[in-house]
Amino acid sequence: MIPRHLVIGVAVLLAITLGMSLYVWRMRARVDRGDLSAANSQAVAPPVSGPTEQVTLYVAYDDAGVLRPKPVRIPLPAGRQERASELLRALLNIYLDKVSPHPLGAGSEIRDLYLVDPGLAVIDLNAAFADNHRSGVLVEELTVVSLVQTLSANIPGITRVRILVDGKERDTLAGHADLSNFYDAPAVTQLAAQLQNAQ
Amino acid sequence: MPWNNPRRSLAMLTFTAAIFLASALLLYSSPEEKRITIYSIAANYSLPVLDRNGDEYVGLLEVFEPLGTVSAKASGTRWKFRYNDMESEFTVGKTRARIHGGDFELPSNFLLENRRGLVPLSCLGTLMSRILGGPVTFNQNSRRFLVGNVAVHFTAQVSKTAPPKLVINFTAPVNPTIATEPGKLRMTFNHEAVVAPGSYALTFDSKIIPSASFQESNGAAEFVVAAGVPLIASFSDNGRTITLEPPPQATTPASSAQITAGTAIASPAAGPTATVASRRYFAVVDPSHGGEERGASLSDQLAEKDVTLAFARRLRQEFEARGLATLLLRDGDSTLSLDQRASLTNSAHPAIYICVHAASQGNGIRVYTALVPAVTENRGPFLSWDTAQNASQPLSRSVGTILATELQNKQIPARSLIAPLRPLNNITTTAIALEVAPPSDDVSQLNSPAYQQSIAAAVATGLANLRDRLGTDR
Repeated sequence: MIPRHLVIGVAVLLAITLGMSLYVWRMRARVDRGDLSAANSQAVAPPVSGPTEQVTLYVAYDDAGVLRPKPVRIPLPAGRQERASELLRALLNIYLDKVSPHPLGAGSEIRDLYLVDPGLAVIDLNAAFADNHRSGVLVEELTVVSLVQTLSANIPGITRVRILVDGKERDTLAGHADLSNFYDAPAVTQLAAQLQNAQ
Repeated sequence: MPWNNPRRSLAMLTFTAAIFLASALLLYSSPEEKRITIYSIAANYSLPVLDRNGDEYVGLLEVFEPLGTVSAKASGTRWKFRYNDMESEFTVGKTRARIHGGDFELPSNFLLENRRGLVPLSCLGTLMSRILGGPVTFNQNSRRFLVGNVAVHFTAQVSKTAPPKLVINFTAPVNPTIATEPGKLRMTFNHEAVVAPGSYALTFDSKIIPSASFQESNGAAEFVVAAGVPLIASFSDNGRTITLEPPPQATTPASSAQITAGTAIASPAAGPTATVASRRYFAVVDPSHGGEERGASLSDQLAEKDVTLAFARRLRQEFEARGLATLLLRDGDSTLSLDQRASLTNSAHPAIYICVHAASQGNGIRVYTALVPAVTENRGPFLSWDTAQNASQPLSRSVGTILATELQNKQIPARSLIAPLRPLNNITTTAIALEVAPPSDDVSQLNSPAYQQSIAAAVATGLANLRDRLGTDR
């Protein structure tokens, strides 16, 4: 005869095992659906509230392989560096949207942005941004020019931009676009103008 | 505790040191990778040799792929290989094979690895001769195969002038890598089928340049010149003649002077002022990525590095069909850094450098020229590495625009753009990059021979029409 308390103990353990299995199975299904990655791709910092300003974001469109200026109204803080960060956040939100004209990889984020006088801006991307970026000359160039031109066109005084990944220098974004050198704002403006023409 | 006993401690320390030394020796004495080099009219290329069961083997598909259309099909232990219209059949673990209906005996068993058929190296010369239907010369010691009449012969003579000059005349244009070491100047021929003169050792009646020797090993040939003073090399007769002579200041004290690194200069310095007379190649074609660096994954099976190599080979074929000598920077699955690609190109002094990329996005072809970083100052005669393209940039952009327009005229969708793409900015001559995209949404079309051929032919025609503008008469 099996003691009653042993039967109850085994039954409780079985129930817990079953419950845990169900929980793990549901979590796995959720990961497969991509719910977690979508949640991770959201900006961590709280959105800025207050009066909105009109700015021009330079948005990449993969279908035509072009860059188009897109006037938008977004709330911007007072500080120069915070404004620059907010601009890039607005741009990234477009790219991380479900209906994105130029999708970026899951978890892409801008870790930090520094404005170093005179005229130097340093954009620090996270590793997921570069590691999950699609590889190709045009697709990488569109990303780089979009970031640099959006900054230099809206923040007066930026003459050069450097892009880092995870705080470190990196040769290319995803095998093509050069990240080992500084980007000159006037040269990128010329590039952005050229990328606005489909032919 | 073993450390309390001095004898044991000493024994343990000796054992650890021995292990450390053995590991270091193993690490530092890894043998040079064995390779074969095949020279033919269609292509010159190098392939790895594999050691299997104590014998040397090579992959048959890799051997024939650059020479024509190849395919293979494995069914059970049988492996059917097709080169153009010639069918062969091999059996795994057997020495007997069928080549175009006739028997062929391999010296050791045929092997199959990952659907790649491997044949013993020692019979490759005969096997190639049977399959290609022509003569193949095989030098077993140097692992060099010459398919047909492609050998480049040379003569070397020291002139009686003061200072003396060593004039080396070749039967075809050459472009060796030139290096110096104390008392020697070494020319390495990796891409040319240069064969030995009458004697492997040459002596000259000169105190300054007393002797030279010819050596062949592991798929390459070397011509080593002994000299008592530093020598500089200059190319003439469209790369058919190399003249070695002491620079003016180094002609007197012959015995004490030594050749130092950098004194022997292979053709003119790597600057944009390279003369047309010294030009050996019209184009240097650079299939991007390669080896460990796969480039973009264009589909589950298709890597960018494979598409760029296939397209670059077709482009070279098209240029050479138009009489334009072309150098392929990578003719196999090898890894080259961006700096190496730029250095090789700058020392070859071509009229144009063409870097090939492939992408799954968009369609048609995109022609890129360099976005040169902010101006950094050149130091004396040395160009800044990052802005070496500066002087050639106007011509590069003009060529890019004209080429894109010509491609559009041939109904090929084309755009001309500027891009931050290395090593374009490190190249001292006209430099463009081509990004080939599929003709439609079907990415697999990127690997279609017909599509690649049509694009390569159009690009070659467009650039051949610009040869006057590019400053070459070739």
